[in-house]
Amino acid sequence: MNALVMDPLSWTDVGAVTDIPLRGARRVPTPAGVIAIFRTGDGKLFALKDACPHKGGPLSQGIVHGHAVACPLHNWSIDLATGHPLGADRGKGCTPVVPLEVRDGRILLGRA
Amino acid sequence: MTKERLVVIGNGMAGCRAVQEVLKRDPDRYEITIFGAEPRVNYDRIMLSPVLAGEKAFADIVINDEAWYSDNGIALHAGHAVQAIDREARVVRAEGGIEAPYDRLILATGSDPIRLPLPGADQAGVVTFRDLDDVEAMIAAAATPGAKAVVIGGGLLGIEAAYGLVRRGMAATVVHLMDVLMERQLDASASFLLTDALTDRGVETVLGAQSEEIEGADGRVTGLRLKDGQVLPCDLLVMAVGIRPNAALARAAGLEVGRGVIVDDDMRTSDPRILAVGECVEHRGQCYGLVAPIWEMCRAVGGTLTDGAQAYEGSVLSTRLKVSGVDVFSAGKFSGGEGCEDIVFRDAGRGVYKRVVLEAGRVAGAVLFGDAADGAWYFDLMRSGAEVGDIRETLIFGQTVTEGLRGLDPSAAVAAMADQAEVCGCNGVCKGTITGAIASEGLTTLESVRAVTKASASCGSCTPLVEKLLKLTLGDGFQAQTGPKPVCGCTHHGHDEARRRILAEGLKSIPAVMQALEWTTPDGCASCRPALNYYLICAWPGDYRDDKQSRFINERAHANIQKDGTFSVVPRMWGGMTSSDELRAIADVVDKFAIPAVKVTGGQRIDLLGVKKDDLPAVWADLNAAGMVSGHAYAKGLRTVKTCVGSEWCRFGTQDSTGLGVRLEKFMWGSWTPAKVKLGVSGCPRNCAEATCKDIGVVCVDSGYEIHIGGAAGLHIQGTEILTKVATEEEAVWTICAVTQLYREEGWYLERIYKWMARVGLDSIKARIENPDDRRALHDRFAYSQRFSRVDPWAERVAGRHAEEFNPLSRRMEFA
Repeated sequence: MNALVMDPLSWTDVGAVTDIPLRGARRVPTPAGVIAIFRTGDGKLFALKDACPHKGGPLSQGIVHGHAVACPLHNWSIDLATGHPLGADRGKGCTPVVPLEVRDGRILLGRA
Repeated sequence: MTKERLVVIGNGMAGCRAVQEVLKRDPDRYEITIFGAEPRVNYDRIMLSPVLAGEKAFADIVINDEAWYSDNGIALHAGHAVQAIDREARVVRAEGGIEAPYDRLILATGSDPIRLPLPGADQAGVVTFRDLDDVEAMIAAAATPGAKAVVIGGGLLGIEAAYGLVRRGMAATVVHLMDVLMERQLDASASFLLTDALTDRGVETVLGAQSEEIEGADGRVTGLRLKDGQVLPCDLLVMAVGIRPNAALARAAGLEVGRGVIVDDDMRTSDPRILAVGECVEHRGQCYGLVAPIWEMCRAVGGTLTDGAQAYEGSVLSTRLKVSGVDVFSAGKFSGGEGCEDIVFRDAGRGVYKRVVLEAGRVAGAVLFGDAADGAWYFDLMRSGAEVGDIRETLIFGQTVTEGLRGLDPSAAVAAMADQAEVCGCNGVCKGTITGAIASEGLTTLESVRAVTKASASCGSCTPLVEKLLKLTLGDGFQAQTGPKPVCGCTHHGHDEARRRILAEGLKSIPAVMQALEWTTPDGCASCRPALNYYLICAWPGDYRDDKQSRFINERAHANIQKDGTFSVVPRMWGGMTSSDELRAIADVVDKFAIPAVKVTGGQRIDLLGVKKDDLPAVWADLNAAGMVSGHAYAKGLRTVKTCVGSEWCRFGTQDSTGLGVRLEKFMWGSWTPAKVKLGVSGCPRNCAEATCKDIGVVCVDSGYEIHIGGAAGLHIQGTEILTKVATEEEAVWTICAVTQLYREEGWYLERIYKWMARVGLDSIKARIENPDDRRALHDRFAYSQRFSRVDPWAERVAGRHAEEFNPLSRRMEFA
């Protein structure tokens, strides 16, 4: 009955949805590296490891457009939903996706 | 044989519709009793908005009048709220001592509007927007001349409430927590248009606003205070922030309840004698607040209680907004997602925006603004899961166009089009007009067809059709041609066209430009957004609000990102001059923040490398304290002004090159330009400041100042060309400001001065600068723009602006 009980992940509340600007991103440091949380123009949220599959550029610092982010170092475009590079760089590696849920306007990050 | 007894709790839309579904299948099976908490017959709740707006009367929205109850032998207890369900005795107990035994029971208790627990929410004048009583209270409040309303909630209901109140003569403001209206139904582009359309209709909007307290006097509401301290005065406050399934009765009776009353696909609750339907229900984890799914649930209830035919498997949702003259439709995955493709159509002239989302060759969602006529068609395609690969080209033009062409190969389809068929919707150009013009005027190119007929000259989405017409009419005589280079893949328009229209049409925001120029993506890309942001800043100094999310990270963080994600910091050193105080402060900052590298740059300044992003504001604070400001080493803007020591110290110096350099830098700093601008001022032709490979250079000679432009010493190595020679320092400053402004206004984003010069020609630049009127006007526009630009971005951020840019969202996962 209670979704939390059945949850395979443990969730951490890292802030409110509105703490992230539209078409922007914020960072959440963890012992395993920084997690980037993106809020797209249509208000959707995505979480990825904050590292481009190309040279590890911090994706949280890129320009968010549609459901993609342009890496600030070399302008690779990364699909926020899958972590895969788009366009000409398709198929060249992948950035890990981090489980994210929104409940009552709060952002929860999952740890497997 | 005695009939089975069916009792329905809830005389709303769901309860009555469920009864109708039962009666339709088996009119004689049940003896039916309905309880309703409201003292009136069944009415169409979703039409309350038109009642509020004065477009309909209550009588118009009654679904079932008293005759319906009596004709069908239904006992109605209106105004008697049910207080308990006794499942063992199978009896329902209501106010006034009424009891009704049941064999089957339907719960249709609906939902309650959510009331925000704000301080002051219990005062008179605070209402929700749920039933006719609320509407009557709102209409009564609107009767006072000059009365003001605030509506909390920028969803469907809140917008309809505000619109209705405005129609009733009130001033109404919608206060919404999110940055866009109706974010659950609309993408940002449609939401932008909606905000505009509401403003046109007198509904004000305050977005991104958190309500803090409802202010009042003598127990009556007087205003709403927001978290930022702003107070919106009002006489009526409407909370339209959502609904909560009303499951209290079910919970008290021991039925399984989650967010709502939990039902299976037959609409049975955990007690098989009891069904539930409508907004009180939770089905497969989903609660619904729209009418279409409720009708689908009612059909399943009808089946379960009679022939057992129809199971309910959940609903695909679509939304329409009921605001007169604002046509909005949304369904499914309207904002795309993984594996989805967008087809976007914009018609600025008609204020239309359409976006159809495809997934695996099928329609997965749609959002339509301004023309929602095809909403039902897209919704059908979506629900049927039909393959749309073969109609993809015309899908966005809607059903009429698509079905008219179905089954024909594209060329044959074009050939088969009637001469009266409209090809260009923007400019209303028919096929016959285009083919006629091609024949009579001897047109052979797309551009010439555009020039003569205007077909495909606006949004360009009919370009493939026009090209096919050319091909069809000319045969092999047609050659596809290329127009001006588009800004990026999001648009057909080139940079010049975008800039021209920004000025001509007074476009003052990125969404406004994207709509007017019919961008084909919802919110642009990393190429066009920074370009448009710059064009708007340049066009509307002091007026345009910079969109920081449309800036590259360096300009957003006011520092240069390095390969490891740290930043470099370069304070300004006017004309390359510094002092012991500045150097001491820099040294202290390096020690205090353990900055790993310090380097002297080619532009006569000092670069602090390896600064952590979180440290930037503190580093800047210390530099500010020593009188230093941002060097804009990261900007598409004025960077350095490199100087030699000039006549002040040098035995060869002809003029005070250092003084001129400092003067130029102090006047021009902070200006945004299409690409970086570096200046150099050399005190004699020995050119120690290397002015002849700068974007703009000054070489001082005995008789005055040579002004050079268009040098480069990066990817390309190119010496400058002489623009002009002037006699005084004053004229030199004027000329340089004027040519900088010309470049600001004509250069394409990311186009350095040397490339701009190659594109437009040095002669055209000279002609403008040598014309005294032109030169003065350019200088004055630059000077005006500088009034807003010479602000230290570091100091602003030290003072707390955009703090979120520099702080992590949360440190809760840092250890653990």
